[in-house]
Amino acid sequence: MEALIESIARGLGQGSVYAMLGLGFVIVYKGTDVVNFAQPALMILGAFFVSWFTFDAGLPFFAAVPVAMVAAALLGAAIERVALRPMVGQPVFSAAMVTVGVFFALLTIATRLIGTDIRRAGDPWGLNAFVFADSIQVFQVDVAKVVTALLAFLAVGAYFKYSRSGLAIRATASDQETALAQGVKVGRMFGLSWALAGALGALAGVFIGAGGVGFEPISALIALKALPAIILGGLDSIKGALIGGLIIGVIESLSRTYQPGLAPWLGANFDQVVPYLVMLIVLMIRPYGLFGTPEIERV
Amino acid sequence: MLTIEGLEVVYEDVILVLKGVSIEVPDGSIVALLGANGAGKTTVLRAITGLLDVHRGSVRKGSIKLDGTPIHHLDAPATVAAGIGQVMEGRRIFIDFTIDENLRIGAHTADRGSIDANLDRIYTLFPILAERRKQLAGYLSGGEQQMLAIGRALMAEPKLLLLDEPSLGLAPLIVQQIRDLIVEINQQGTSVLLVEQNANMALSISEHGYILETGKVVMDKPAAILREDDDVREFYLGLREEGAASFRDVKHYKRRKRWLS
Repeated sequence: MEALIESIARGLGQGSVYAMLGLGFVIVYKGTDVVNFAQPALMILGAFFVSWFTFDAGLPFFAAVPVAMVAAALLGAAIERVALRPMVGQPVFSAAMVTVGVFFALLTIATRLIGTDIRRAGDPWGLNAFVFADSIQVFQVDVAKVVTALLAFLAVGAYFKYSRSGLAIRATASDQETALAQGVKVGRMFGLSWALAGALGALAGVFIGAGGVGFEPISALIALKALPAIILGGLDSIKGALIGGLIIGVIESLSRTYQPGLAPWLGANFDQVVPYLVMLIVLMIRPYGLFGTPEIERV
Repeated sequence: MLTIEGLEVVYEDVILVLKGVSIEVPDGSIVALLGANGAGKTTVLRAITGLLDVHRGSVRKGSIKLDGTPIHHLDAPATVAAGIGQVMEGRRIFIDFTIDENLRIGAHTADRGSIDANLDRIYTLFPILAERRKQLAGYLSGGEQQMLAIGRALMAEPKLLLLDEPSLGLAPLIVQQIRDLIVEINQQGTSVLLVEQNANMALSISEHGYILETGKVVMDKPAAILREDDDVREFYLGLREEGAASFRDVKHYKRRKRWLS
């Protein structure tokens, strides 16, 4: 029982990170129709920014996070302007390939910046845990992950519902020509979508170096697990990113806890594969995910 | 006042769609632009609102001026800011937005302080929308969607409103309603350029009419005169002098539309 609760708590924490990354994917996908494969690189650079601002620039951790988010947002907007804007009107597949290129370019930069050390975010949570019922341990960092993700989703939801530019991003996603006809500067909305994705990447990046673990450049691959999350939730659904992220996180954590005992013949580290298995199954039976829009094509 | 002079528009660098179109919309008037499918009516509107490049078109010659300032080089957001509102063909409302959100996006370029007053104005003009302001716009009927599209364009307080086929696909009774609303909007001080295939409706409320055929203005007369013109009556209003004659007498191969001869 203790193991189960602890495992679920860890899973919810990790799932929150996937959810924040997934939200970045979803915003860019909805806003510009492009699957943004550069998101993992934005996350790892965001993580580096947090780490750099706390350890090298000497900011307090809670000041370093927003500063790093702004830096990653600017980076995201700059990528959109330089690499993606010329692709407007080109096939979305080509644009997605451009983001793959951007991913490798940024990953190289991140490798150079981070070097061979394992860096930390400098968070205050470390390995501290809340203890319930004398023996159930829930790590503070997992609570922080869940709370941060919920706040991020609420903020993004409110932004899209009530703010002028949020509404304009949605209008652009819905019908670009009509958005133009309302006076929306569509190109700027693309940039804004990427800036949001960058900021969310940095926010998720905080947590890959937090909770007593460090990160290295290759940690960027963690962000790829946001893909199963958003495919489960639905590529174009914000709610789907949250729920998909949490489900993937919990499934992964549960299989890490129980698979070695229950099905040892599957081998070690099987939990690494489970999110992608879920993704495959979802793609086979419900390709638009839980909350996505089914694509109806008339033949 | 909107002045279009000798406008030539080319799509894909080769297809000449408008061949020297000149149109004037004086302040405070309703001007009708009539023509069959493919005459270039929508292209005229796209040229005015800077939406040509979305369709790979460009202005080759001529000019479009709003109160004397050239506007044919402006992009779409800039024309909206200059005071031109438009209702696109097929309504093009955001179906996944609520009615309120649809109207608020129309005020994207407007002053933030003016939004509430304009919302009130639109909801007074279209009470049916006020009842359903929190509902998704996709659930509105065709006529209500058209009203929403017009209301959305009015949120930016345009000096000139461009309407592209507001009667398209609507029942005759609803067309009447839309017509009366256009008159009311005009009386509140907005000039209207009305593009229509429903010539009857358009000529009944406009002061002046232009007839566009294959990219040229072939007639340019006050609406009252166009309503009485024999050719217009036959080709656009579907009326003939002696009522429906016997089909034996109809020699349609001789009776071709040749305005300029």
